[in-house]
Amino acid sequence: MERSLTHIALFAALIAVLGLVPKIDLAAGVPITAQSLGIMLCGTVLGAKRGALAVILFLALVAAGLPLLSGGRGGIGVFAGPSVGFLVGFPIAAFVAGWVMERTTLSPAVAATAASVIGGIGVLYVFGIAGMALVLGKTLSEAAFLSFAFLPGDVVKAVIAGLVTQSLSRMRPASLLSRA
Amino acid sequence: MLTLTSPVETWAHRLPAAGKLAALAAGTTVLFVVDASWILAVALAAAGALYLSGGMRFAAAGLRQLYPLWPFVVIVVLWHLWTAEVAAGIAILLRMVTAVALANFLTMTTRLSDMLVVFERLARPLSPVLPPRRLALAFALVIRFIPVMLDRMGLIRQSWSARSPRPSRWRVMVPATLAALDDADRVAEALRARGGAE
Repeated sequence: MERSLTHIALFAALIAVLGLVPKIDLAAGVPITAQSLGIMLCGTVLGAKRGALAVILFLALVAAGLPLLSGGRGGIGVFAGPSVGFLVGFPIAAFVAGWVMERTTLSPAVAATAASVIGGIGVLYVFGIAGMALVLGKTLSEAAFLSFAFLPGDVVKAVIAGLVTQSLSRMRPASLLSRA
Repeated sequence: MLTLTSPVETWAHRLPAAGKLAALAAGTTVLFVVDASWILAVALAAAGALYLSGGMRFAAAGLRQLYPLWPFVVIVVLWHLWTAEVAAGIAILLRMVTAVALANFLTMTTRLSDMLVVFERLARPLSPVLPPRRLALAFALVIRFIPVMLDRMGLIRQSWSARSPRPSRWRVMVPATLAALDDADRVAEALRARGGAE
């Protein structure tokens, strides 16, 4: 019981920290924030249920008024803005990524990359595009067109999530709760 | 840690957080139902008046909070100039800016602890699966561990740059995540030793 709670809380903190570290650091020349990488890792490392709860806990603190989203954004206003769909999709993305991770027997690197692509890109974009269409008054295809600017960065992040998950599984096999 | 609550004390700081949250939910719903530009313009003016009622410094801080919206404003403006549906574009911009401004007003006039109390109260129906005290402990743990992890991220970066001429890039993620996992285990043990989380 305590272990679940502390894992959820510490991964919520990890998502926040990844949003606060400076951009550009993660890959050469591509200015991306690591925050959605944190969402993917919640799923691939903690598994579906705990991963999604960690993301919800993080979002609750953002809504309560902590400026934890990348770029120092926060407060309940971010849920009224155009990126609301992505925020709502975050926990579901983590859940799906964790679910995929739990259901496959592929090597951690391949499984985590695939899980991040399916959850952290596929599922997340469905919600993100729907939210953007709603707030900006566009059709779904127009909103999709606007969202694809983020796609290259997110693919890089999915690969990094796979690499990090693989490294963790080598260093501390028991720590991968999604495969426990 | 800094929160987004405004240090400039306004009348709205003294209102109960739950009431403000309910009013915001009602107001935002109305905004997304209404389509007439003039009503949305009145709503934006009302939001502006709310901010000005807190004084010039408060209003200026509120304006700065809206700054992250600019890429979306540019997109909508260009889009609707191109498709020549200017009236629709104006309604969309008014609605978006007003909704975000009203929500920011709530955040700027409500202390973090008050908001968290409201969330804990909203989560009370879930108490069979999620005891309120466990939720409060989870909030506290996150808030406590963010600065700890930020410091450690800095240390990991430093030790990387002490050993390698290349930039660290994504590789710092592995020790950072590993440390979070180890901390989670240790904090769990510590909680257990002190009677456990209920």
